[in-house]
Amino acid sequence: MEGLHEGLALALDAENSASAGGLLQQLDARVKVVGLFSLVLAAALAKRLWVIVAIFALACLLAALSRVSFRVLATRVWIGALAFTGAIAVPALFLTPGVALYRVPALHWTITAQGFATASYLMLRVETAATLALLIEFTTPWMHVLKALRVLRVPVVLVAILGMASRYILLLLETAHEMFESRKSRAVGALAGATRRRMAVASAGVLLSRTLELSGDVYLAMQARGFRGEVHLLDDFAMKRSDWLALAGFAALAAAGVWAGR
Amino acid sequence: MLFETERLTYSYDRIAALADLSLAIAEGSRVALVGANGSGKSTLLRILDGLYFGQAGTVRFHGDELTEARFADDAFAFSFRRQVGLVFQNPDVQLFNPTVFDEVAFGPLQLGWSKSEVRERVSETLERFGIAHLADRVPHRLSGGEKKRVALASVLVLDPAVLLLDEPTAALDPRSQSQVIDLLVEWGGGAKSVITATHNLADLEDIADRCLVLDGGHVVADGAPAEILRDRDLLERTNLVHAHRHRHRSGELHSHPHVHSGDPEPGG
Repeated sequence: MEGLHEGLALALDAENSASAGGLLQQLDARVKVVGLFSLVLAAALAKRLWVIVAIFALACLLAALSRVSFRVLATRVWIGALAFTGAIAVPALFLTPGVALYRVPALHWTITAQGFATASYLMLRVETAATLALLIEFTTPWMHVLKALRVLRVPVVLVAILGMASRYILLLLETAHEMFESRKSRAVGALAGATRRRMAVASAGVLLSRTLELSGDVYLAMQARGFRGEVHLLDDFAMKRSDWLALAGFAALAAAGVWAGR
Repeated sequence: MLFETERLTYSYDRIAALADLSLAIAEGSRVALVGANGSGKSTLLRILDGLYFGQAGTVRFHGDELTEARFADDAFAFSFRRQVGLVFQNPDVQLFNPTVFDEVAFGPLQLGWSKSEVRERVSETLERFGIAHLADRVPHRLSGGEKKRVALASVLVLDPAVLLLDEPTAALDPRSQSQVIDLLVEWGGGAKSVITATHNLADLEDIADRCLVLDGGHVVADGAPAEILRDRDLLERTNLVHAHRHRHRSGELHSHPHVHSGDPEPGG
């Protein structure tokens, strides 16, 4: 239940934050998509740890200037990314052959310097990419992101799928929330762990099928009002002086990152 | 003829929603599709809006057959969407934009209206529907009645010549129901064609001058609303009325057909 609440809160936070008056919110959506993606690319290509750390620090600075709180970043991105990547990175600490760095006393496992470097690269790259991606989401209305992707020649089908995916996720969360509330209203006392797991598995199929149906209806409702895959918005994209400057800044930083990290 | 269907059949996983359905709807008419849940009303509306296509039989709009291939042609699809609007039963499926203003502007923008015209018409429509104060709100966080009005506004802003409505007053409180009916009666103005799927008999005479009763995917009755409302056997047979049971002071248990409309009821 708490997880579902958090998911809904995340979606609503993103909507509120995208309309706040921070640095990134004032930039053209295309500049943000191109600029932040080029930084992700620079982080992915970098072969020096300090370059990735510098790009991560830059992402944090951009978040602060765009009024995206570190608490939100920590709870929504950093902890989750750390947990998922950690599951892959931790075995690398012990399994990568190389110079012994530390020996875990009770288990007698050895952390190697090479293993530590591999795990650090992986985790920092993922944290940096996830932070930059979240900055786009938290500083740009979703429909503007979709329109920017179309302007950047991303195929209609892919943009339509992304558009539907965001609505699908929200519907999935709302439906799941209602289902669990309805179950809670009919249950007395705490259920045993095994019973809870069995019920969760049984609900998953029903939930997916209901959400798929609703999502299909959303798509039909869009078609009924003339949607053919192309995104048309009331707001025009117009590059201002500050957008050109920001684009040049992002390009310079990304190029510097690629050069320094080679 | 506005719409003509001939031996139209549509099934969901071998469960028939419409079976050999043939009907004709004239231009400018106000038609109510009446039937219990599962009688095929919503499916028929979606077929008339070119969203679903029958597995057998034909549907024609102004003589043009509505097929998937026809809708692949942008010119035809845009022309059809400019003329025909559908309001879904569940307003949530119609609300996917970040603000109410964007939601109402969505249709006109897809159909290629100029941006100045879109801004002007959306503002007018929001005023007309009494939802101008909601313009900057997130649509899916509104109350049920507000959502329904936004959903209606998002279709009526296009001023379609043909309006298809799926249970326009379902799950609304009485005040919101009457507001929605008033809006529809005012909007129709006599020149538009309105096809409404409903099982709410109370509003029938306000919203329609012809009534088609659907049962099991077939039209089982076709007539004026007053005529249909008088046929208690038909209404009971098609689950549109239920027997209302009550105990008289004498202790006698008594039941009679019960309909939620302004009609005088037999017996009592």
